[in-house]
Parts: sequence; C-alpha cells; structure tokens
Amino acid sequence: MLPSCVRAVSKQSAIPKKYLGGILSKNNYASEATFETKPYKLHKLEESPSTTVTVSKEDAIDMYTKMHTIRRMETSAGNLYKEKIIRGFCHLYSGQEAVAVGIKAALRPHDAVITAYRAHGWTHLMGVSPLGVLAELCGRKEGCAKGKGGSMHMYCENFYGGNGIVGAQVPLGVGIALAAQYKGTDGVCIALYGDGAANQGQVFEVYNMAKLWNIPCIFVCENNGYGMGTSAERAAACTNYYSRGDYVPGIWVDGMDVLAVRECFRYAVNYAASGKGPLVIEAATYRYSGHSMSDPGTSYRTRDEIQEVRQTRDPITSFKEKIIQTNLATAEEIKKIDGEIRTQVDEATKQAKTDSEIPMEELSADIYSVNLEQQIRNVDPFTSLVHKRIGAAVNM
Amino acid sequence: MSLNKVCSKCLGLKTIRDVKVLNGFFNRRNHFVYSPDNNSPVKGETTKMNMFQSINNALDIALKSDDSTLVFGEDIGFGGVFRCTVGLRDKYGKERVFNTPLCEQGIAGFAIGAAVMGSTAIAEIQFADYIFPAFDQIVNEAAKYRYRSGGMFDCGKLTIRAPCGAVGHGALYHSQSPEAYFAHTPGLKVVIPRGPIKAKGLLLSCARDPDPCLVLEPKILYRAAVEEVPVEDYELPIGKADVVLEGNDITLVGWGTQVHVLLEVAQMVREKFQVSCEVIDLVSILPWDMDTVVKSVKKTKRCLISHEAPLTGGFGAEIAATIQEECFLHLEAPIQRVTGFDTPFPHVFEPFYLPDKWRCFAAAEKLINY
Repeated sequence: MLPSCVRAVSKQSAIPKKYLGGILSKNNYASEATFETKPYKLHKLEESPSTTVTVSKEDAIDMYTKMHTIRRMETSAGNLYKEKIIRGFCHLYSGQEAVAVGIKAALRPHDAVITAYRAHGWTHLMGVSPLGVLAELCGRKEGCAKGKGGSMHMYCENFYGGNGIVGAQVPLGVGIALAAQYKGTDGVCIALYGDGAANQGQVFEVYNMAKLWNIPCIFVCENNGYGMGTSAERAAACTNYYSRGDYVPGIWVDGMDVLAVRECFRYAVNYAASGKGPLVIEAATYRYSGHSMSDPGTSYRTRDEIQEVRQTRDPITSFKEKIIQTNLATAEEIKKIDGEIRTQVDEATKQAKTDSEIPMEELSADIYSVNLEQQIRNVDPFTSLVHKRIGAAVNM
Repeated sequence: MSLNKVCSKCLGLKTIRDVKVLNGFFNRRNHFVYSPDNNSPVKGETTKMNMFQSINNALDIALKSDDSTLVFGEDIGFGGVFRCTVGLRDKYGKERVFNTPLCEQGIAGFAIGAAVMGSTAIAEIQFADYIFPAFDQIVNEAAKYRYRSGGMFDCGKLTIRAPCGAVGHGALYHSQSPEAYFAHTPGLKVVIPRGPIKAKGLLLSCARDPDPCLVLEPKILYRAAVEEVPVEDYELPIGKADVVLEGNDITLVGWGTQVHVLLEVAQMVREKFQVSCEVIDLVSILPWDMDTVVKSVKKTKRCLISHEAPLTGGFGAEIAATIQEECFLHLEAPIQRVTGFDTPFPHVFEPFYLPDKWRCFAAAEKLINY
C-alpha cells in the first residue's frame, strides 16, 4: 500500500504557467519564470501562501546546484559507508533535498535551524563545505565537529544540529525561538522532525508552550512516509501532520517541489516574525534509502514504490525539467553544473578519506567549560588524560 | 601514546610507532574474544544459536507458554533492528506482536498499563541509549507501583529489553551502558546476559518474574556470541552471579561483554605472572549477588571490577564499597576499577575509551605487585 504522502503528491505537481516572453535576456534565455504549485492545505489559517511562484534564473540555478550537491554528497556518503570508512550510523537525505533547499531559500541570515539525525544536507546548506560534512562522517580532523560527532552531530552558525535522539531537537527549537523573541531580533527558528518523531510526547509539550507564549518557532514535519520501518499510517492515528498542533495553525506543502516549499516558508517566516506565533508545516516528501545504512529499506515497502517516486516525483529531476523547459538554463549549462559538482564532491571525498584523525588528547576535551578536576579519572598508569577546553562555543 | 605503551609492554614489543596501525587494528576487530559457555544449564537437546536467535527462541517460548504475553516495540514486527523478534508476528499474529510508534515514554507507560492488567508485557526499547525518555515511567511508575498501592496493585509482569554497550562504531547514542542509573531504583530487577544460553534463561525468568525487570542485552553479542543452547524451556536465576573461571589469587568481576574481556585477561595473567584469576559474571545488577563476590574476594584477597560505563557512579563503585566493608581485613591490595572514562562515549576514540584487556591487565599487575 502506498503511504498517503505518496498518493497525495503523485500527480504531476507543478506545470509551467506561462513563459514570460517579455523578460528575455540577450541570449534568448528567460531571466525569470512563473509556475503554479500544487495547492497548499491549511489548518486554522484564512490566508494561503501563493500558489503562483516566480523564480529568477539566478535563484533557480542556485537551488538546483544545492539540491544536486546534497544528492551527490549523500551518494558519496553511502559509498564511504559501504567501504567501511564511515562507521556507525548514517542516515541519508536523498529524495528530501527540496525541503531543506526550499526552506533555506526563504530564510534570512539571522534565522536559526535545528534538525534531527538526517542532517548532512542541512549542514551543507547552513555553510559547511562538502569536505566538512564528509570528513565529519569519516571521523576526521577536517570534519565540522572535528570527527567527534559523526553522522548525526554536525553544527555551524545558526544551525543547532544534528541531534541523535528521535524528537529531542523539537523542544530545543522552541527555546531557540524564544531567545530570538526575547532579544527582539525578529528571527525565527525552524525545528524539523520526521513523521516518526511526530509521535513523541515532547513534541506536543512544546506545541503548547510555543502557542501559549506565541513563540516564533516554525515546526516542520518532514513526512517521508516511514518512521524507521513503520509506515506513517501504521504509526499515527492522524497522518495530517500539519493539523496535529490542534490550536497551532498549519500548512501542508508538496515537499518535492522546491519552489512550493520556498513560497510556503516565505509566508511562514513572515507570519512567525510578525508576532503571530508558531506554525506546524508538513512537507510531504520521500526518502530513497533505508532509515539508516543498516536498513536496506525494502522490507517494509516495495522496490516499485521507490522507483515510481524516483521517476515521477524526484525533486531534482523535476526541477531540472522546469528550468530547461522555461529556458532559465540550457541542458548544456546544467550539464556543466553537474560536472562541477561531481568534481567538487569527488575531491572532498578523496580528501576526507585521507585526512587524519584528531589527536588522542581530544578524547577528554570539551566535556566541561570549566574543569574542576585536572585529570580524567581511571586512566592507565603510563600517561594521563587531561580535561581540556579547546575553544569557545560559536553560539555564545 | 598511552595505549601503545601498554600494548608494547604487554606484548613485549619494543615500539609500536604508528598510532594509525593500532587504530585500524581495533576498528576492524572486536575488542574481546568470545568464550562460549560449554555447560548446558539443563539436560536435553541443544542447537547452535547466536544471541539474537536465542532471544528470539525465548520470546517464542514466552508467547507460546503464556497466552497473555505481548511483544512490542519500534519496528519489531518485521524482526527489529537486531532481528530478535523475526518471525514472531507471523507465528502469533499482529494482535500479540506489534510495532509501536517511536515514543519510548509511551511504550514504557503502555507496557506498564498492560502488565497492571495481567498481561505479560515484553517491550523493546530499540537502543538502551533511547531509554531515557522512558526513565520516568520505569523509575517512577513501574518500580513503585506495588509499594505505593500498599501491595494492592503491581506491574510485575513487565519486562523491558534494551540493547546496550559498545558495538565497535556506535558513537554517543548507540553505545551506552545505563545499568547504574537503574540500579539506584528499588523495585526493579536488572540483568545483563553474557551470551545466548544466559540470554534465553534470563529473559524467560524475567518474563515470569513477579517484579518489573529490565534486560540489558550487549548488542555486540547478538551475532558475535554463538553457543549450543538448550531448545527446551528453562529459566536461570535472577540475582545469582556465575563463577565462570575458578582461581585463587585475584577476583575479576564483570558483566555482559566485559566477562569475555576478563576471561582473556585471566589467561594473560596466568601466562605472564603464573597467577590464577577467578572470573565472576555478575549476571544480575539489581539485586546483585554479594555472597558470591564476597566469598571469592575473601579467598583471593584481591579484586578488580570492570565495566564499560564511566567510572564515577558506575556500578563498580557499589561493589567496591561492599567489598571493603565485608572483606576489609582480607584485602591485600586496594580494589581496582577499570571502566570507561568519565567522558561521553566517544565516536572515533572508542578503542581507547573501552576498558580493554590491556588496561585490565595493567590493573591486575598493580594488584599483584602492591
């Protein structure tokens, strides 16, 4: 049985609405194009985000590049895992790229993001190079957490991780948003979680707190149809995740359409930043890989289902077609971009593989900010392990 | 590089120059050699099983022998991430073996409720690292149900299973050993098997025990541990330690995977120093078998306790305090604890964090030379 998210968005999602012949650049390429998105579903909201979206050539190329880089990076991560260079737990984002790229395109520099363990794509979007991500996965020095976090734990400015425990990041997101409200920055926090984590009790605890105090937190349920190996229908009494905040207004958006996501989040950021309080947004998407690398992802869904999504709804392929159809870019231009991404990611992969690990002294580094004891207890008799502080935190 | 020094010393090598060599060595191999149990606890037919198969077998028996048994947890319908429940849903139906949503607090509370109504509820928390959202339910609800109702109600038919311990590459949230947190909770019983035979017998005991039980299963043993396991239904005692190797000079106490590390240490100590070690698998953390440990230490006069969890507040502390109280005049050397460091369970540094045989060996040498 197809999960509802697949059924709901399996129809052709966006069609070019019109070709703006009037705004042509010299070389006969369009400088912008307009599309019609699938309608949004609303919960306790009067006004919908616009279903007519316009994108400039520059933005389109930028979003395409980012989505493709994430896809390429994840493919590389999958291979590194199979080569046993990446150890531990590794959750790939392939298939869900349009959600992150669309949201990021609507954010302002002072908005914050926090997500769960499917964090590689977000980490890159928030400012970490593919090398920083891949080296972190390999546990190497060039990794954005110096190899100490691994797959699920990556951070950079305004990006609060990267969290390994299902649902635990959601309350943090509300706290981050409260701080922005208190400081008066008009910043919002995007708190992402999956359809599986949507069933964790703490998510409901903070829906209440966020609405009670009108905190500018945008809850985002990335509904990829499966919470680990259990489909949404078999785990949730209500799979309309955008309505599960009850008294918190919500929006459903096609998470496979990067332009729909961007438009939805332009609306959402504006809503939250203007003091109207939180929103719950459900982005209907799909993950091609298993839950993590140790899950082949085929014991609870059919290969045909995955193939069908790849062929009919892939966020990158469909966006590429739109770009080419509307003359925002030529097939040659896209090919060139693809080549550059391949080179960049391959290079990063090579470097991540050969990079060294951080020295042993970091085992006991950054446990406390102020160490009241000099040494770690119970080390072997030959050398000691000393409590150490490497550097100040970037968020403070 | 401290670990290199220890290794060099123990191996009698002059130098090991390249740290990366050792890193690679440890990443590719388990940090222990598995010693199978050759003594069957019951007579009768046996069959070769690894630990996930023996747990599967125990759950099968629990479901078959008691109509009220329910088995549930995240993704367990198709076998769970470690395959412990494979085939059970097909055999007993989705009314008795079923997936839950991803909500540990809900799973634990739901299990307690089912147990209160008389069902033998066997819940799985997918990793012991994820048990903390359920900590309140286990500690405040399950453990105190009988006491706070003046004996009118209980949830003794509750058993919670959770994979724990190092697995070679689990990093911060797939490697922890939380036994000490639960050991601080009167009303619970906590056991940790060292292999397939123990796992089956202990799980069946816990399912039938009239108190809420927690079975922490060292996840690395699911596949690494293979034994001839009795096929019939049997139970093994909770609260009773096993002397897995008899000896006269040092008592080595551990549980779970660490028992196998200690058995190797005993062999190394015998070869290097001609000193005989007694190895005790504590088996049960709460209640723990004070008599067996105290009796052994009175005989050997030296004791080493080892666990993967960090030192401070680890369960080794409780054992050490009891030994000094009970065996004070018998002790020839201070009790040694060899444990994980007081750091989060590390990602790339796992081989250095673990209380491996070299660190235990060094502590044993200290005990001998004191």
